[in-house]
Amino acid sequence: MATNGKHKTTSVLIVGVGGQGVILVSKALALLCQRHGYEVKQSEVHGMAKRGGAVFSHVRFGDAVWSPTIPAGEADVLLALEWAEGLRWLNYLNPQTGTLISDTRKIIPPFACLKRARHVEPVYARSTPAEVIGKLDAGYALDATGMADELGNERASNIVLLGVLSTVLDFELDDWLAVIADCVPPKTLEVNREAFLAGRAWVDNAVVPRDEDVAIPTPPAGPELRSELEIIPEWCKSCDICVRMCPERCLVLNAEQIVELANPEACTGCRICEWLCPDFAIRVHNVPVMDPATIELTVEA
Amino acid sequence: MVFDIPRVTSGNTFCWRCGVCGVWWWGTSLGGKSVNYQDKASDIERQAVTSQYPMTGNEAIAQGAWEAGVKVAVAYPGTPSTEILEALGTYPASDVDAEWGTNEKTSLDAAIGASFCGARAFTAMKHVGLNVASDSLMSQSYIGANGGLVLAVCDDPGIHSSQNEQDTRLFARFAMVPVLEPADAQEALDFTRIAFDISEEFDTPVIVRSTTRLSHTRSLVRRGERLEHEDKSFIEDFTKNVIIPAHARIRHPQVIERERKLGVYFDECDLTQWHEGPSDVGIVTVGPAYAYVKEILPDATILKLPSSYPLATGAVERFCASVERVIVVEELEPLLEEQLKVLGIAVEGKEFFPRAGELSPEIVRRGFEAAGVLETSASATPLEAEPMARPPVLCAGCPHISSYLALRNINARVAGDIGCYTLGAIEPLQAIDTCVAMGASIGNAVGMAKAGTETRPIVATIGDSTFLHAGIPPLIDAVYSNVNITVMLLDNHITAMTGGQDHAATGRSLRGEVTHRIDFNEICRAVGVKWIKTVDSYEIGAMTRTLREAVEFKGVSVIISDRPCVLDPVKLKGEALAVRTDKCTACQSCMNLGCPALSWDDEMYNGYHRIRIDPTACVGCAMCSQVCPVDGIHPVAQ
Repeated sequence: MATNGKHKTTSVLIVGVGGQGVILVSKALALLCQRHGYEVKQSEVHGMAKRGGAVFSHVRFGDAVWSPTIPAGEADVLLALEWAEGLRWLNYLNPQTGTLISDTRKIIPPFACLKRARHVEPVYARSTPAEVIGKLDAGYALDATGMADELGNERASNIVLLGVLSTVLDFELDDWLAVIADCVPPKTLEVNREAFLAGRAWVDNAVVPRDEDVAIPTPPAGPELRSELEIIPEWCKSCDICVRMCPERCLVLNAEQIVELANPEACTGCRICEWLCPDFAIRVHNVPVMDPATIELTVEA
Repeated sequence: MVFDIPRVTSGNTFCWRCGVCGVWWWGTSLGGKSVNYQDKASDIERQAVTSQYPMTGNEAIAQGAWEAGVKVAVAYPGTPSTEILEALGTYPASDVDAEWGTNEKTSLDAAIGASFCGARAFTAMKHVGLNVASDSLMSQSYIGANGGLVLAVCDDPGIHSSQNEQDTRLFARFAMVPVLEPADAQEALDFTRIAFDISEEFDTPVIVRSTTRLSHTRSLVRRGERLEHEDKSFIEDFTKNVIIPAHARIRHPQVIERERKLGVYFDECDLTQWHEGPSDVGIVTVGPAYAYVKEILPDATILKLPSSYPLATGAVERFCASVERVIVVEELEPLLEEQLKVLGIAVEGKEFFPRAGELSPEIVRRGFEAAGVLETSASATPLEAEPMARPPVLCAGCPHISSYLALRNINARVAGDIGCYTLGAIEPLQAIDTCVAMGASIGNAVGMAKAGTETRPIVATIGDSTFLHAGIPPLIDAVYSNVNITVMLLDNHITAMTGGQDHAATGRSLRGEVTHRIDFNEICRAVGVKWIKTVDSYEIGAMTRTLREAVEFKGVSVIISDRPCVLDPVKLKGEALAVRTDKCTACQSCMNLGCPALSWDDEMYNGYHRIRIDPTACVGCAMCSQVCPVDGIHPVAQ
């Protein structure tokens, strides 16, 4: 465990996505440490937290704790409730002695699904548990959400991970269970207790998940297509429906009030304009993009 | 002079040698008044309550105010200060009248009024809230305080949730009001208590300055009992209470003299800590920066000041004379550093520590390394992994989404405002063109209309709480100047961004009691708006149609976009919807909502990802099914 000067301070960084229960877990840990007579500081920044953003909470305890935040590279444990969030904070983990505990479940934000091109993957961190844990002295990656779901409430995944954490820190089982009973909503006590014990038991047979079990599937490759709009100006009566409904907002009415493709780059060929036009004035052609090499061959033939 | 004070207790009770015990008053006669401090917050024995959660800085400030016998507390919510008043609202109503104010100025004005009548009074705000309250603060600095008057002002170094990182210490000096700067939750409690005593002793408002980090960090706090006062009454002092020019001219020199006396007080009191160590380098620090200095240099020679203004000049001069080299570590502006330089002391500081952003152990360590105080550490190669953007987004089912879709649809020039809805500025909604300050949207829109250069319809978007805070005067301006603008009042029935606080238009008080509910329609009509319509935010078609009508109206039009927040005061959860995968043509129309319940499915259509809806996140608002051109989104059951 890390030391600062003459004092020994243990640092646990708990991270996740808003709504996952990062704060609950860190408050439970802080309370447990306080009951053991440690000085403890638990630091979080909320405000943006419940709006789906990244959430983090620093918990530090020991005989004396000064800084409320963990210095980068000095966290003894990084507890991640979501895989990419764990990766985001990996540089806070002590590279020699730190332990990573992470859910393998991925929460893909809408921000990762904005690219409008064919055959693309969501923008999500690519490092796999096998790869990351390989670099570490100790690391646990488990499908805590799946385990909690099997127990009847997937929201208890944070407590499953707390169960894993309990095997790394030096507190008695009864004290853990007592602090959980004080922290979770009474109605969920039983499932959380089971979740904690399940996480604790999992460690005995811990395995690193295989890449193929946790990877985001790669979309199948397909022909490169270019979208072309065929607009029949005579049939357009300037009703504006296609302009307003185009998801990429790439249509406009021109000076003559006739629809026009203003931004061909943005057009995805989704055909909504074609289907919605009451006057059949638009047709969408998704044309295969020919590889120049293929074209030459065709000419020769 | 005090040496390293004990920070940790093994037992539960603890004698605290920091000035709360009254020791620091003896032997000094600073205020010119004779007060028996034994009647003050003095000998109360305090307990460490280990059975409950450690306290946040904000909760500790509330506890300190309560222990000091605060009677009236009014505040407007603002991250990171919000929880202070929420916490005060959990104390008995017979002890403290805690209530939300409409903005920071009305809150401070109410506190000032209570102080005039002899009650200990309190307000809390975020740093930019002080800008709003500053008009009254500048005057009150001259007037002083009868009942103790304390403002907790929470700065946001690092700009976690604000529009700037202005340093309240500069404001304190500007207003000539003392500022106390606690370093942790225990000090937050102690300093707040002492602030009330200082306020009455020196006849001044007092600012207790917190930061986001301090406000939101939990640590063990020793608590005491509440000090009950005899009620003071209004002091009939016309020359002091009525700050007309003739009186202000008399008061100003007295305020300058007060500054000197406070400097002497900080000099001699035990809040100023001198940690002895080697004499080659001495570090002068204040507030939360102290914790980082102790983390990095636990055995250094440190002068920890309780306040950057007024400066404890004597202590600083004695300290600096005792060491060969002086380094100042302070968060944000070099206020201490500049004052030391004016004293003719050779100091270093901001050449090693940044003026912008929040301090951290790493930054402080690098600063000391650059200063040559620490040897450059040969740390192991840090672990790294590729980062992924996860910006905060509007919630699943957020009623603001449809308002911004409609604004995109009519291609409006949008003056935005402060609140959750500022998130409408980022992808994919990207519907806000400006965001300045609380209530600025309507005034900005008036100016845009007057400039005459804008061809697009001009719309101001403003939330319900923000409208009450600072939106009504500019709406009057708009009507008065008869400009062509549309105001979209995004009424989600709560102050959402700060975590769901009530306001005058929710009809509930801080303690949840029913009170008068303001009607926005009546307000708008009363100021002279002729075109007002209320639309259900979940009806995208009606919203777009109404907006088109509104921008065509010549003059000021107001649309009230009406739907409660999905999170507060009640977390709403309706029947989840699902995408019929066989129907979905992957057009991505629904993805334009930016709803966090929607993401790409592994199923593809025409090379694009079809959409899936996370049933646990979906609240069933059905906005996505309204934009789906193939009618492919239905409740799960169907």
